[in-house]
Amino acid sequence: MLDCGVELGPFTLAYQTYGRLNADKSNAILVCHALTGDQFVAETHPVTGKPGWWSLMVGPGLALDTDRYFVICINVLGGCMGTTGPKSINPASGEPWALDLPVITLGDMVRAQKLLIDHLGIDKLFCVTGGSMGGMQVLQWAASYPEKVFAAIPIATAARHTAQNIAFHEVGRQAIMADLDWCGGRYLAEGRNPDRGLAVARMTAHITYLSEPALHRKFGRRLQDRKGLTFGFDADFQVESYLRHQGASFVQRFDANSYLYITRAMDYFDLAEEFGGKLANAFRSTPVRFCVISFSSDWLFPTAENRDVVHALNAAAADVSFVEIESDAGHDAFLLDEPEFRDTLCGFLNGCAEHRGLSFP
Amino acid sequence: MSPLDNPSATQAAALRSDLALIAGMVEPGARVLDIGCSDGALLDHLARHRQVVGRGMELSQRNVNACVARGLSVIQGDADTDLGDYPSDAFDYAILSLTLQATRDPRQVLEQMARIGRHAIVSFPNFGHWRVRLHLAFRGRMPVTDSIPEAWYETPNIHFCTIRDFTDLCHACGMEIEETLVLGGDRLQSGLGGGRLANLLGEKAIFRLKKD
Repeated sequence: MLDCGVELGPFTLAYQTYGRLNADKSNAILVCHALTGDQFVAETHPVTGKPGWWSLMVGPGLALDTDRYFVICINVLGGCMGTTGPKSINPASGEPWALDLPVITLGDMVRAQKLLIDHLGIDKLFCVTGGSMGGMQVLQWAASYPEKVFAAIPIATAARHTAQNIAFHEVGRQAIMADLDWCGGRYLAEGRNPDRGLAVARMTAHITYLSEPALHRKFGRRLQDRKGLTFGFDADFQVESYLRHQGASFVQRFDANSYLYITRAMDYFDLAEEFGGKLANAFRSTPVRFCVISFSSDWLFPTAENRDVVHALNAAAADVSFVEIESDAGHDAFLLDEPEFRDTLCGFLNGCAEHRGLSFP
Repeated sequence: MSPLDNPSATQAAALRSDLALIAGMVEPGARVLDIGCSDGALLDHLARHRQVVGRGMELSQRNVNACVARGLSVIQGDADTDLGDYPSDAFDYAILSLTLQATRDPRQVLEQMARIGRHAIVSFPNFGHWRVRLHLAFRGRMPVTDSIPEAWYETPNIHFCTIRDFTDLCHACGMEIEETLVLGGDRLQSGLGGGRLANLLGEKAIFRLKKD
């Protein structure tokens, strides 16, 4: 049963795992992916051929050390990499769900993940972590299933989606829906694809993942393969060319309707509302050990939003650490291997492993 | 187990003397909030040797990151503004070591500590120490000593007090003084009590307090 009151089932969850589950199943780390991420955390992506989105952090000897931990990542409900989403076939019609798929929430995504974790026979996850929308899922996990989570690392996230972030999402959705190839959402049945709309949505969103200093450092006002301005509307600047490339490659791997559904899920996320308007109530007498991490140049999920989570956890007398990492890479910093970020993850996980009584060969 | 068998013994030995005295005031297994926990030395010691459940708050992000990287539960925060987030009686001890004099509103910080913890442990450099008095009396200048190392214009310490001043504040806040320790140099000066003699001879003071 979904939050919107509609029953969905049966549904499929696609997931990947790395490392080995130990005998008492106490070393499992659930990694929750972000809006346009997927379950291919630490391996070559089957569509793009590029390294997994967190391959700098997940792997043997890395911060999430797969020699020690069993790492699981599940494509979210509403996604487009194998989990049931708008491009999956609706058994009632035999056609893709498109907009007939009920609206999904973060709570729905996490409830679905919980079914899989139960299915794997894991009674308690050692850790749940993720950045951005992944961090929202971490908070939802800790609030919904505190007894199933030993440690939680919400990264570059918030307990509610802000008006500004809803606004950016709305621009993206409007770009998709304004594309004539979107066909009221039925583009798959019509044999078309709203590539231009989805690319514009991605370009807009991509700007919000970076920062002015990062853009300046990467591109400045440098021109793209030309000596001077063309006095036209071609991509004169490197930054334009970069964004166009980002948009064009994104449409190869992502479904436009999934983008609508998942952005909507983030917009609807407001953890406090679920708990009588007071965020601290979501964590009342929680046994979970938290480590909240933000990045100094992230203006999409700024430190202040992360700090609100910390304040609520303090008010609930929770065991919480909070680290702001100095970085000019903007929101996307959580995907990079900043040494301070890695040290924080390693230190926190090691401390938790000690408390959990995990020993490693 | 003898201290030599204990792998952490060297760390214990390295703990600053005032922190070691504070550690001695904490009941094993207690819940502790260390406000201004710096690099986490006291929290780490308390966790390893007294099995406390420890949390830290620290102003410097660099220090916070170092604490978390060594496995401690620490957040970045300001004693003046962020103690209000904690629920009442959440801890057995709220500790403030050599930080009170750097807060904007020491009275409010002390009251918050009394609210959050069953006990408060506060240490501070004593402005009533004879060397400080001589400095001011004979040189006519703001004292710069071992425990007060910065010049007036660059010191983060904006609210100096003497042991007697602090005692008055404790009474004004309705707090009972359970124990007073006085340090001269790095050594505990026993038998000075917490009165005029301590105020003259103590370079630093450590108070363990309880709500009346």
